[in-house]
Parts: sequence; C-alpha cells; structure tokens
Amino acid sequence: MTDKALKALGEHIASSLENEVISTAVAFGELTVVARAEHVQKVLTFLRDDQECMFKQLIDLCGADYPERARRFDVVYHMLSVQLNQRIRVKVETDADTPVPSAIEVFPAAGWFEREAWDMYGIFFADHPDLRRMLTDYGFQGHPLRKDFPLTGFVECRYSEEEKRIVYEPVSLKQEFRNFDFMSPWESAQYVLPGDEKADDAADGKEGAK
Amino acid sequence: MAEVDIKNYCLNFGPQHPAAHGVLRMVMELDGEIVERVDPHIGLLHRGTEKLIENKQYLQAMPYFDRLDYVAPMNQEHAFVMAIEKLANIEVPERGQYIRVLFSEIGRILNHLLNLTTHAMDVGALTPILWGFEERELLMEFYEAVCGARLHAAYFRPGGVHQDLPAGLADRIMKWTETFPSTLEDMEALLIDNRIFKQRNVDIGVFDADEALAWGFTGPMLRSTGVAWDLRKAEPYEVYDKMDFKVAIGNAGDCYDRFMLRIAEIRESLKIIRQCLNDMPEGPVMSLNTKFAPPRRAEMKRSMEALIHHFKLYTEGFKVPEGEVYAAVEAPKGEFGVYLVSDGSNRPYRCKIRAPGFAHLQGMDYLLKGHMLADAPAVLGAMDIVFGEVDR
Repeated sequence: MTDKALKALGEHIASSLENEVISTAVAFGELTVVARAEHVQKVLTFLRDDQECMFKQLIDLCGADYPERARRFDVVYHMLSVQLNQRIRVKVETDADTPVPSAIEVFPAAGWFEREAWDMYGIFFADHPDLRRMLTDYGFQGHPLRKDFPLTGFVECRYSEEEKRIVYEPVSLKQEFRNFDFMSPWESAQYVLPGDEKADDAADGKEGAK
Repeated sequence: MAEVDIKNYCLNFGPQHPAAHGVLRMVMELDGEIVERVDPHIGLLHRGTEKLIENKQYLQAMPYFDRLDYVAPMNQEHAFVMAIEKLANIEVPERGQYIRVLFSEIGRILNHLLNLTTHAMDVGALTPILWGFEERELLMEFYEAVCGARLHAAYFRPGGVHQDLPAGLADRIMKWTETFPSTLEDMEALLIDNRIFKQRNVDIGVFDADEALAWGFTGPMLRSTGVAWDLRKAEPYEVYDKMDFKVAIGNAGDCYDRFMLRIAEIRESLKIIRQCLNDMPEGPVMSLNTKFAPPRRAEMKRSMEALIHHFKLYTEGFKVPEGEVYAAVEAPKGEFGVYLVSDGSNRPYRCKIRAPGFAHLQGMDYLLKGHMLADAPAVLGAMDIVFGEVDR
C-alpha cells in the first residue's frame, strides 16, 4: 500500500474513534495507531469489523519497555487484513500496575501472546482467563525482558549429585561479565575525560563574566 | 449393575516423546480415549533470544535467527535482515536478491521434507523419512557450499548475502532439481493412497478459514482451508514478483490436506529454484553501501578507506536510524515476522520475533477437543512445530 492510502486509512480510523485513538502516523510504509489503553478492546473490534479495515487476524502482540517514561510499557498489536492486504500496528501505553483489557474476546489468538507479554514484562491483562507464565521456567521470578533485568539473570540451576535433584543458586560468574562499548568515544562516552572538567569550568567562567 | 463414576484421566505427554517434535509437554485431560482438554507447556527450550539480541550488535544478533527454526535457517535470517534494510533503507543488488530467493526456497524444501516425513513417521510410516533425509542431506551440502555450515548458515547479511555462489554450485543445484522429483514421487506413492495414512489424517484436525484467521494461523495452516494467502504473492519481496509459481491451497482444512499442500509447495519451490538459476544476473551480491556492507577482502588489501570501513563494521558495528518496523517473510511454516525497534544506536532496542509455530500451537487445545488421543501426533505433525522458534 502507498503511504497516501495508509494515511487516508489512518484518518478514517482516527475520525471514527475520536475518543479512543490518540494519534496515527505513517513511517517506513507502515501505519501506527496509538490508542488509549482502557479502550483497546473497542479499537481492536472496530479494526476487525470495519469495512475499510477488515483486520481479521491478530498477527502479533508484544510488549516493549521504555523505563525512562512515566508509563514505561508499550503493548504493540500487529494486525493483518487478508481480505484487503493491509497491515496496521496499534500501540497502547501502560505501567507495571495498570492492567490493559485483554484482547482475548476479540481474538482468541491473543491468549498466549498476552501470557508471553505478562511473563516477559509483567504487563497485566485484565480479564485474561489464564494469565500464567509462558516461556520461563516453572517458579521463575522476575520479568526478564525488562531493561532493568540483567542479561545473566539472578539464579542458575544445576543438577546436584549430593541431593540428587536440580538446585537453584545465585548466579556466580567466574569472570566478570564483559559488556564492551564499541561506540565511537565521541558519541558514547558519558564519563568525564581527564582535562574535560577544565572546559566546563572555562565555559562557566565565561558565563559568569557576562 | 451399579453406575460407576469414572473420573477424567490426566495424561502427561512429553516433554521427551518421539512424537512431540522436540520438547513439548502437553498435559491432557482424557475421557477414556477422547481428549477433553490440552494444556501445552512450552518454554522448555527458551534461550532468551530476544534479550540476547538486545545486547548484541545487529550483525552479531543475526546468527541467532538460524537457531530459531533450525529446520529452515535462512528463512528466519531473511526476516531480520529485511527489517534492518527497511529501517536503514539499504538496496540489495539483484544477484543478491536472486540468491536469497534461491536459498529461501531450498530452505522451504528442507523444512517440508522434514515435516512431511516425520509426520508420516508419527502415524506409522518409517520409509519416507529414510528417503527424505537423504535428499535433505544433499540440500544441506548446498548450504555448506555457500557458507561453510550445514545448519547455522549466517549467510544472509544486511545488504545482500555474504559471498557469491562458488563455481559449479549452480550446476549442482540444477542437477539435483532434475533427480529429486523422482524421489518425491516414490515418497508420495507410499503415502497418498495408503489406507492407513488416510485413516489417520483425513478429517482430523479440521478447521475453517474464519477459525484459522481468528487463531492467527498462517502459511500452510491457513492455506489448507482454501485461503490463497501467501506473502510471496501478496507482498512480494526480493524478486518473487518475477517468479512464475502458483499458491497451493487445500479445501478441507484437515491434516491430509496440509500434507498434500506441502507436497505441492515443494514442486512450486523446485520451479522457483530453476527459474532463479536460469535468470540469475551477474553482478555484486552485497550492497556497495560500505556504511552497512563490509568491503570485499581484495579491496581491503589496497584501499585504506576499505580497511577503515572493515574495522568500524566489525568493532562498532553499523548504526541503524531510529524507528520501528515490522518485516515478515513467508517462512515454510507460515508468517515469520520481526518487529524491530531501533533507538539509533548500534544495537536493536527491541526485537520481537513472531514465530508462526507459536500461534499454531496455541490452537492445539481448540483443535484436539473431541479427538482421540492417537490423533494428537497427527495434528501436531501436520501443524509443523519446531521448538526452536516456538520457545525462542
């Protein structure tokens, strides 16, 4: 689809759902609709049933974490219309405490995807019939895809020959975790290089002189 | 006789079961031999791919995609490199596109050969797998010839493919496409009209198009209900719009249809492979945009600029402009998509992998309700599940 057609579709959606949709945008040939989390069911139902949308298939549902924001999580829905050959992305914002209404009544396919988002990010979906963990281990604690969850995790398991069972222990790294910063020093360095503090002082001094 | 109250029986299927296609654990509630409820427990092969990708540079993240659906590795890479190319607006030279299509179709045959033959084995036919795997081995040799690895190829790169085809490979592939159909016919002859095979598959695991859409089924699962939806036709990427092939569809939406559909898809893939080999133009296989694609080795010996680019690309990596895209390919199992968010640095900010098998397996409870226990392997086999991609 051309960007123009996508834009027209976005305007159609925005005008039909004035109270539910916050914004629409077209980028990289894809249409993104940002909606209010509490109305997401209505938005998805509209997108599924409207004659110009016909997004009958929920292709994907996932979370994303932006810890610097007040409402740190995005829930991203990707939908596909087989009939009209078009795609759309719906995004809603939420935080760790506010539940998002489950899309399971609109699309049964949402069930596992929401379980996964719960498992990975701790995004809570209201009225989900079976919100258990999906991919992580039985009895796992924490939500691993959050940006503040370390890559190495907190516990590791091994088979204990003495106890004849699997035991969980805190992660012990035999070597410090190496996280190389390969960015160019002009762009990535957040620390003060020796001598740099003088530049700041000089700048302050100048301002003071003014 | 006094009425006896029989309790439902709870059966644990897997995680180590030859018909579970990997590490699937299903807790089944049975009423006699009738399945009442299935609760698939997945995640036994979860490796945290998405988390790892967030901590790697784009090029370092690419080989993880081979390890998702390890039956058709290059098709997964394809989705990821397409997402990067979309974000960074990289053009792939035509020869590179042809090679990608060629190997995507080889991947499709690899996948379908494994699925068809293991499906047959699950319902009791051992011979096809012995014949099919011989052909798979030949296909893996083609993989090995271009990238040095039978399985974990890491061959598709942002901007093209890593290397050109070695001399003589095109002829070898062409020769193979001439000998393979007879093996396929032999294999088919064993199964298509086989009474046992039909009894195990016809009218098993039936669903219609609306159900398939609602449950998010894609690929052969969706096409078996009669919906002619194929991303290669609907959203043609690379040079698929130049290829002459048909989309195979079924009409009954049962396991037998899905089986037959995959056989038809193998034939179409063979057609595409032949067209690729015949029409492939000469030229570079990798984009000449040196900010993303590494320079050729010979160039590095003479050009200082090339050396600098090479050093930068393999230490800092390339930076992808800010934005978010969703790129999908028609993988052999269905729509394999990558939702990639970039914050403008040299690492992906978020990379969600949309695996077709995940959505398919979710429908297991719905499809199996009311079936016999022995139908479970047939339904599972026709779904084409590989746990590398389901668990990620």
